[in-house]
Amino acid sequence: MLNWLRRPKYGSLERREMPAGIWAKCPRCRNLIYRKELERNLKVCPKCAYHHRLTAVERLEITLDENSFREYDAGLTSTDPLGFENYPAKLSEARAKTDQAEAVITGEGTIDGSQTIIGALDFHFMGGSMGSAVGEKVARAAERSYEQRLPLVIFSASGGARMQEGVLSLMQLAKTSAAIGRIHDAGLPYLSVMCDPTTGGVTASFAFLGDVILAEPGALIGFAGRRVIEQTIRRKLPDDFQTAEFCLQKGLIDMVVPRTEMRSALARLLAFVGAPRVLPAAIEPAPAAQP
Amino acid sequence: MTERTPSPAVDLDRQLADLEQEIERLRKRSREQSVSVDAELGPLLERADHLRVQIYTNPSPWHIVQLARQSQRPRLLDFVGTLCSDVMELHGDRLYRDDPALLAALARFEGQPVVVIGHNKGKDTKENIARNFGMPYPEGYRKALRAMRLAEKFRYPVISFVDTPGAYPGDEAEERGQAEAIARNIQEMSRLRVPLVVVITGEGGSGGALAIAVGDVVLMLQYAVYTVISPEGCAAILWHDASRARDAAEALKLTAQDLQTLGVVDEVLPEPFGGAHRDPDATFAAVREALGRHLQALREVPIEILLDRRYKKYRRMGRILEQSEQSAQSSQSPRPLAGDG
Ligand SMILES: [Zn+2]
Repeated sequence: MLNWLRRPKYGSLERREMPAGIWAKCPRCRNLIYRKELERNLKVCPKCAYHHRLTAVERLEITLDENSFREYDAGLTSTDPLGFENYPAKLSEARAKTDQAEAVITGEGTIDGSQTIIGALDFHFMGGSMGSAVGEKVARAAERSYEQRLPLVIFSASGGARMQEGVLSLMQLAKTSAAIGRIHDAGLPYLSVMCDPTTGGVTASFAFLGDVILAEPGALIGFAGRRVIEQTIRRKLPDDFQTAEFCLQKGLIDMVVPRTEMRSALARLLAFVGAPRVLPAAIEPAPAAQP
Repeated sequence: MTERTPSPAVDLDRQLADLEQEIERLRKRSREQSVSVDAELGPLLERADHLRVQIYTNPSPWHIVQLARQSQRPRLLDFVGTLCSDVMELHGDRLYRDDPALLAALARFEGQPVVVIGHNKGKDTKENIARNFGMPYPEGYRKALRAMRLAEKFRYPVISFVDTPGAYPGDEAEERGQAEAIARNIQEMSRLRVPLVVVITGEGGSGGALAIAVGDVVLMLQYAVYTVISPEGCAAILWHDASRARDAAEALKLTAQDLQTLGVVDEVLPEPFGGAHRDPDATFAAVREALGRHLQALREVPIEILLDRRYKKYRRMGRILEQSEQSAQSSQSPRPLAGDG
């Protein structure tokens, strides 16, 4: 993939351990794919179009114009407010595994020249779960969008609220939704992109509050888990239940966009709804202080 | 907490459960064989009462979960029937159907017009089946939002009563946008231009509760619970053992007292010894007093100030740590400055 985004590392590993091997096995079609080819195709299987999950860094790299990203709140993390069994250990483990401080990266950048505030959740970090830090970073991104009169784009990939922070994680639904409300009041666009999987508390807050809601093909999108629903209704659910395509058909989202076309779809939407334009490779320096 | 050590409270609970089983066994024998068991029963009943006193003097979080779910606990209609007059129920979301799991009504509280919304749990199985155990579908939340819009239009405050195991986890609820309905309510309540007072009376089950629980003031009965996941669900995920729900109830910090400490609940309303159902009138009186006091105070606050306060209140919730960025391992190249310091 593109590999241009350089950030501080929060994990204990010097370098991220990439799974070795030239070949990768597609979890859906079981074909062996030449890894380089998979990466060139933005981790979409060339045989069956299965969209492999991306890290937040990969997501930003394939979405934003090269070197246009300025990160916000990189060092903001959750604590262990309830003294919950094993939570600090789980957090360190997630940091070591992903090199991220938390399950979301936020900042600003340009998409084909359109300036925007952007956030990407990372499912690899504790299932992309939303605790206080994820909620805070998303709310701050929304507030910056409001203050700077810039659009907001958020890629979601999350299992829901972070149980280990108890009701404080539930309150992040209110915190983020309230902050998104301010963007709407200011007439600014908010584009929500749901990636595999987007479930639970994240769907019941900012992910479903987009002016336009996009999703990647095949992404799992839903509030309650399949198993819980099956136990409740005592029936098996169809295979396509809660997929992006299912949600599109039920009228819950606006469009399903393949990953290879997502950047241009976002650029087109941002150009349409009036994001400020920035000339390519000419990101303006901050204005000098007034005398 | 890796070693499981039963707390004294849990011990008492088990003793009481055993005793109750024994009492039931004796009564059954008495019924079936038409013999008097009073001599044997008396001491057991006395012992059970004694245990209950011990338990309810300092109930564990798991006991509080049981109290919150108690089938005799006052329900929405008890609260509304006692505290309000001139109640006119509103039906339907104008989109799909009327959801009996969620009630919306115009009413008067202490003579003043208000809009009341709430989860409508039943008292018995028949009522609960009709009202889906107080677990709304999206249309229930959309009905609540419609009622709140009326409140906004006519400048009436909203009183919301929360008592639900959660939003209904069914296939049709998903298809009709359960997540969107909850998200929309949460967002709209965060900026609704009238005072909002929430009372958590029983179970505050996750997003399904929060969908009508954003407020300027959030009150909570002493033995109600409010949680992101049920203790059973939490135990099943964490330990693959739903029977460890007692431990999960402790870990989740779901009691009114915990939630006040965490800044999620503004005031805890005392319940009678042994729970609200032991003396409903005392419970209603406590709720009436607190509602009256808060509504009066909120009415005097200009709406822009109220909205700003409400926004900041939710904006502050949670606990975060802002590490200095040097504490991260050095980046591979100089890092551009963040957008604003
Ligand atoms: Zn494939």
